[in-house]
Amino acid sequence: MISLQDSLAGAPTMPLKTGETPRERRPAPMIFLVVLWLSLLIAILSLLTLIVNIVLEGGSRFGLPLFTEYPASSPDRAGARPAILGSIWVIGVTAVLTIPVGVAAAVHLEEFADKKHWFNRVIELNVQNLAAVPSIIYGLLALAFLALIGVRDKNIVIGGALALSLLILPVIIIATREAIRAVPSEIRDGSLALGATRWQTTWRQVLPASVPGIATGSIIALSRALGEAAPLLLLGALVFVSFDPNGLLSGFTTLPIQIFNWTGRPQEGFHELAAAASIILLGLLLLMNGLAIYIRNRYQKRW
Amino acid sequence: MSSSADAAPMHLRATGQHQVAPEVMRPIMEVENVDVYYGDFRAVSEVNLDFGLNEITALIGPSGCGKSTILRSLNRMNDLIEGARVEGEIRFHGENIYGKDVDPIEVRRRIGMVFQKPNPFPKSIYDNIAYGPRVTGMKVQSMDDLVEDSLTRAALWDEVKDKLKQSALGLSGGQQQRLCIARAISVRPDVILMDEPCASLDPIATMRIEDLMQELREHYTIVIVTHNMQQAARVADRTAFFTAQPSEGNGDRTGLLVEYGTTAQIFEDPQDKRTEDYISGRFG
Ligand SMILES: Nc1ncnc2c1ncn2[C@@H]1O[C@H](COP(=O)(O)OP(=O)(O)O)[C@@H](O)[C@H]1O
Ligand SMILES: [Mg+2]
Repeated sequence: MISLQDSLAGAPTMPLKTGETPRERRPAPMIFLVVLWLSLLIAILSLLTLIVNIVLEGGSRFGLPLFTEYPASSPDRAGARPAILGSIWVIGVTAVLTIPVGVAAAVHLEEFADKKHWFNRVIELNVQNLAAVPSIIYGLLALAFLALIGVRDKNIVIGGALALSLLILPVIIIATREAIRAVPSEIRDGSLALGATRWQTTWRQVLPASVPGIATGSIIALSRALGEAAPLLLLGALVFVSFDPNGLLSGFTTLPIQIFNWTGRPQEGFHELAAAASIILLGLLLLMNGLAIYIRNRYQKRW
Repeated sequence: MSSSADAAPMHLRATGQHQVAPEVMRPIMEVENVDVYYGDFRAVSEVNLDFGLNEITALIGPSGCGKSTILRSLNRMNDLIEGARVEGEIRFHGENIYGKDVDPIEVRRRIGMVFQKPNPFPKSIYDNIAYGPRVTGMKVQSMDDLVEDSLTRAALWDEVKDKLKQSALGLSGGQQQRLCIARAISVRPDVILMDEPCASLDPIATMRIEDLMQELREHYTIVIVTHNMQQAARVADRTAFFTAQPSEGNGDRTGLLVEYGTTAQIFEDPQDKRTEDYISGRFG
C-alpha cells in the first residue's frame, strides 16, 4: 500500500506494469479499428469500381473527337463539345452569381447582424435548412421565376445558372461563415483598437484571412452544381444541341444531361460515349476538388 | 498603521528612481463614478481614478476584479461586447468619451491598446505598422519613415529592419508584442492601454518590455493591467488596487477600487487592510 504522500512525492514505489497486452491492442479497440478500416475500404472500393467500369466501357471512345464533335445520330460521329462548353458556361455564370451574394450574406450574418434579433435567427435557420432541400425543387423555383418575368424559352444559360445558384447559395453561405468564424477575434480587436471601422476591419482583415476557406467551399459547391442534371431537366434542357452556347440567353446542354441522354439510347455505341463523357465529368470534379485541397493546404491556418 | 511600512516583502519595495511620481498630478484621463455592466451584472462599481500625463499607472488586483473591464472602457473597446454598458463619466482631455457626439473610432485612435496575447496581423511587419495610419486616413509624408520611427520607438527596429517584408508571425513572442506596441504607436495616440502585456512572455522578453515602457513614458501616458505585483512595483508611478466583493442583495461579486496612490505609497504604506494583505501575499 502506497501512501498518498509517497505517490505525490513521486517515490519509485511501483514499477511500470509489463507483460500484459497493451490496452490499445485488446479485443474491443481492435474490433473498432477493423470496423473503421472496413468502412473506408467499402468507400474506396465502390469508387474504384465505378472508375474502372467507366474507363473500361468508355475508354475506347475517349479521344479528341469527343471534345470536338457535336452530337450526331451515329455514335461514331458524335461528340460532347456543346455539353462541355455548356457546362463551363453554366458553372461560370453560377460562380459569378453566387459567390458575391453568398459571401456578402455570410459577412452580414457573422459580422454585422444582431444575432439575437428574431429576423436574423429565422434567416439563420433557413440557410441551414435550404442546404438540405432536393435540387429539383430549385429547378421548380427557377422555372416559376422565369415564367413570372415572362421568359418563354427557359432553357437558357442564365436560367440554368439561376437554378444552380439557388441550389448552392446556402452551401457557399455556410462555408463562408465557417471561414469567417475561424478568424480569431484578437485580429478584429487589434484592428478596431487602432481606430479602424468595423467595415475596414471586415474588408481588410477578416475577409482576406477567410479567402482560403471561402475558395475551398465555393469550389466544392460548384463541383456539386457541375454534376447536377435534375433542375436543368426541369427547365427543359435540350438533349440534342448542335451549336456552341455563346451567351447568357443561348440555349445549352451540359455534361450530365448529355450523359443522361446517351445512356437512354438503345445503341451500345452511345452507352460507350456516355461512359467516355463520364470520364470527362469525373476528371473535372477531381480537378476541382484537388484545387480545393491544394488551396486549403497552401494557406494553412497561420495562427 | 504603524506596521504598514513593513507590509511588502523586500523584493516588492518600490525602489526604482522612476517611482518618484510628482505629488501633483496633471490628469489626462479622469474616471468619475464609473459602473460597468455586462447585461444585468455589475462587474465594477463606483470607480474614481485619474491618470496622470506621461505617467505609468498600474491596475492590480486578483483576477475577476474588473481590471480588464475598466481598461476596455477607457477606449470604448467595451462597446464591442454585446450587453456591456458604462455608467458615469470618463473624461479624456476634459471631454467625456461617452458623450453624445463623440466618435468611438476617434477615441480608439487616440487611446491605443496592447493585448495580453500578442496579436500581430497575418501580414508583413511593414504592413502591420502601416495598417493603422492607412485605415485612419492619417496624412503621412513618408510611410517608410513612419514605420521606421514606430519600430524604433518600440525598440524593435534593429531586429527587424532587414526583414520588413516578412510575415510578422515569424517573430518571437516578445518581438510580436513589441510589434504590437509599435503598431499602437503608429497612429500617434496620447495614451496606451496594456492588458497584461507580458503574461505570455518569458522573463527576458518581459524585461525588454518593461524597459521599453520607461522610454515610452516620455511621450505617452501608459495604463497597464498586471497581476504581477513585482512588475507594478518596478514600472509604475502610481498603482491602483482593485478587489472583488460580494455585493449586497445577490451574491454577484462586484469589482471595486480599494486604494490608489503612488506606487511607493501602495507598496510601502498601504492604508487599507485589503491592500496590505494582497501585496504581502496574504490574500485569500
Ligand atoms: N464579456 C463579458 N461578458 C460578461 N461578463 C464578463 C465579460 N468580461 C468579463 N466579465 C466579468 O466581469 C468581471 C470582471 O472581469 P475582468 O474585467 O476580465 O477581470 P480581470 O481583468 O480583473 O481579471 C468577471 O466577473 C467576469 O466574469
Ligand atoms: Mg483581465
